[in-house]
Amino acid sequence: MKNKKILVGVTGGLLGLLSVLLVKFGNPGNMGYCIACFLRDISGGLGFQKVETVQYMRPEIFGLITGAFFVALFKKEHKAVGGSSPIVRFTLGFIAMVGMLVFLGCPLRVVLRLAGGDLNAGVGILGLIVGVFIGIQFLNRGFSLGRATNLPAVNGYIFPITAIILLILSVSGTFIFFASKSGPGSMHAPVIVSVVAGLIMGVLVQRSRFCMIGGIRDFILFRDTYLLWGFLALLIVAFVGNLTVGAFKLGFQGQPLAHTDGLWNFLGMLLAGTASALLGGCPLRQLTAASEGNTDCAIAIIGLIAGAAFAHNFGLAASPKGVPVAGQFATLIGLAVVFLIAVLGTHRFSSIFGGLSHGRNN
Amino acid sequence: MEEIIDVRGLLCPEPVLVTKQAIDKLPKGIVKVLVDNNAAKENVIRLAENLKWNVTVVSQGFDYLITLQKN
Repeated sequence: MKNKKILVGVTGGLLGLLSVLLVKFGNPGNMGYCIACFLRDISGGLGFQKVETVQYMRPEIFGLITGAFFVALFKKEHKAVGGSSPIVRFTLGFIAMVGMLVFLGCPLRVVLRLAGGDLNAGVGILGLIVGVFIGIQFLNRGFSLGRATNLPAVNGYIFPITAIILLILSVSGTFIFFASKSGPGSMHAPVIVSVVAGLIMGVLVQRSRFCMIGGIRDFILFRDTYLLWGFLALLIVAFVGNLTVGAFKLGFQGQPLAHTDGLWNFLGMLLAGTASALLGGCPLRQLTAASEGNTDCAIAIIGLIAGAAFAHNFGLAASPKGVPVAGQFATLIGLAVVFLIAVLGTHRFSSIFGGLSHGRNN
Repeated sequence: MEEIIDVRGLLCPEPVLVTKQAIDKLPKGIVKVLVDNNAAKENVIRLAENLKWNVTVVSQGFDYLITLQKN
């Protein structure tokens, strides 16, 4: 167990280091390894949304899936499973992404932003913690998305093999997909650097089960600090890294790809935190589990991508100028839907509503 | 007193939550937990060790039977 704790610390630390380096090599500010931002750029790269500044097939994501897939195969941990409320997971992923784009970052980037001195992220982290805390209240009362069952093996290969094909296309420099000529989508590290960073992280997050939501959740639920170590290592290494390369700038104003609207920074992350806690993990963990053959998590990823496309097509996503009114409404509607799902999926209420009552042995 | 909990197919943190609810009810005894993946196995073991239960794991086909014991 001690070795595992070191492993999760190394994973978090290396993630912090690579994030700083990826920004140094060209990725947008404080966005070294933001899963939400990358999935959003991929939704643009595939043409699901037409905002010309956020389109790029981020090779980090395909590298990460590939790395996690091969190490899971090697360790005999790859197994095709599914059937645990896929449409609910899609919806939660969709809504979580809206919250993340109102804040401008996933649970990983919130830490990276704080490590870069962006105090708006401090507000975001508070929202995230409150969001996870709310999710836990439902988990403690028996919220469950139900059991997954074993599926024919082919189910477990579609998601990772698609990623491997996209990885090969990225490395070969084939020009098929949309790519921004200006804005955040045009800012990226050289493909090979992104791919290597992705592969390394894929292996490490698969082995350590690294998860940002899990770090907060397990500490609140069980006083278990295992995943929190990764969270802290990420924060400290990214902080020291930013200081070293001169990317640290303390304050609320003028932070890279961030806005200063505290209320919506808080609520956006609260929404992402609650939805992710109900999903069982942050987008990074969903990616890893999907690479291991979990088709429910693959559906959650598709939900995240769809949510990103929707948020950008219909002007819900924030920008450094602030959160549009439509985005504010979307956050409130998202909160209402997540609470409804949480109540309907909770064992204590489910018998009343005739809803989900699996996952428990009574 | 012995209890068997089947947490196969459940995604984290549910296996750990269900296990914790079961062992919190018992001051001592034996609790058996059936898990079907390594992440859940590691998490259940970590919980039990933190709560000072003895842990033994037996592999059963693709599943693992974790026996938790406290005297």
